[in-house]
Amino acid sequence: MIRHVIPRAVGKLLIPLIMLFALYVQFHGDYGPGGGFQAGVIFGAGIILYALLFGLDRARRVFRPRVLQIFISLGVLLYGSVGIAAMLKGGDFLNYSVLAHDPVHGQHLGILLVELGVGITVAAVMATIFFLFAGWRREASDG
Amino acid sequence: MVVHIVLFIFLAAVAVAVVRLRDLFAAVMLAGIFSLLSATLFTVMDAVDVAFTEAAVGAGISTILMLGTLALTVRREKPEYNRPRPLALLAVLFTGAVLVYGTLDMPRYGDPEAPIHHYMAPRFIEDSPVEIGIPNEVTSVLASYRGYDTWGETTVIFTAAIGVILLLGGSPGVRRRLRHASDGTLPGDDA
Repeated sequence: MIRHVIPRAVGKLLIPLIMLFALYVQFHGDYGPGGGFQAGVIFGAGIILYALLFGLDRARRVFRPRVLQIFISLGVLLYGSVGIAAMLKGGDFLNYSVLAHDPVHGQHLGILLVELGVGITVAAVMATIFFLFAGWRREASDG
Repeated sequence: MVVHIVLFIFLAAVAVAVVRLRDLFAAVMLAGIFSLLSATLFTVMDAVDVAFTEAAVGAGISTILMLGTLALTVRREKPEYNRPRPLALLAVLFTGAVLVYGTLDMPRYGDPEAPIHHYMAPRFIEDSPVEIGIPNEVTSVLASYRGYDTWGETTVIFTAAIGVILLLGGSPGVRRRLRHASDGTLPGDDA
């Protein structure tokens, strides 16, 4: 944890913007550079920055490891479900064209959901890996 | 072209500095700068999506994870004197020369006649506005045409997280066992 005032104040200003930017990258990936992976990494970096500035315990209270673990699987599940939904609608696995009446709309919907799945998984994975690394020594020396 | 050369020189200089530095904190920072320079190079080559990923992952997350690792170990590399090994230097130089020789056969950068521009790329460029209908073709290719690959990549990240969680004791059961191991007692002793 960093006790200095300036990094904390700057962090308080920056972290919401970083997370907002992650969401922008996530949902603007259809129109500009970016997408689920980059958005997930940026969101994860926001969480990690919070943990660095305000301490691991506080970060863990906000982003509970249990919930993060659920989100890790949730993203992959969302991705797979889109593929299976396409199969149930009579198409191939991950063929989004059948998801809506208009194939192009189906593609839009499919890409949006799939990228969201990637983003959720990546953000949760990044935060989880950092929490585990940062908390490792303390956990091991606790006993 | 001048920009490319300058960036490559910077890249090489940073790489040499990372290898030579004994202060690991500075080495991590320089590694981040290396990634940022690579990202700039990708931007100059018009690969913005790749540049974005390189900046977010290489300069962002990797640097933070390295810093987290440094907090667990020491900040300085142990000074260790190695005898000069001419054979190793020769092997490195030979491999480098072979690699450079290999690049001579590659198509020139930006060559429209290169095989890569004649395989699937024209189809994606011509049909994706009609089939997918979103402006960023990279996203169309990654998420739709190559949906299987992205699905595989997501699964790889998922698997990597499972591995780290198991190794570093994310689950309560593993953590308990770790504690017992450091106590020298067996699991179940405290039941």
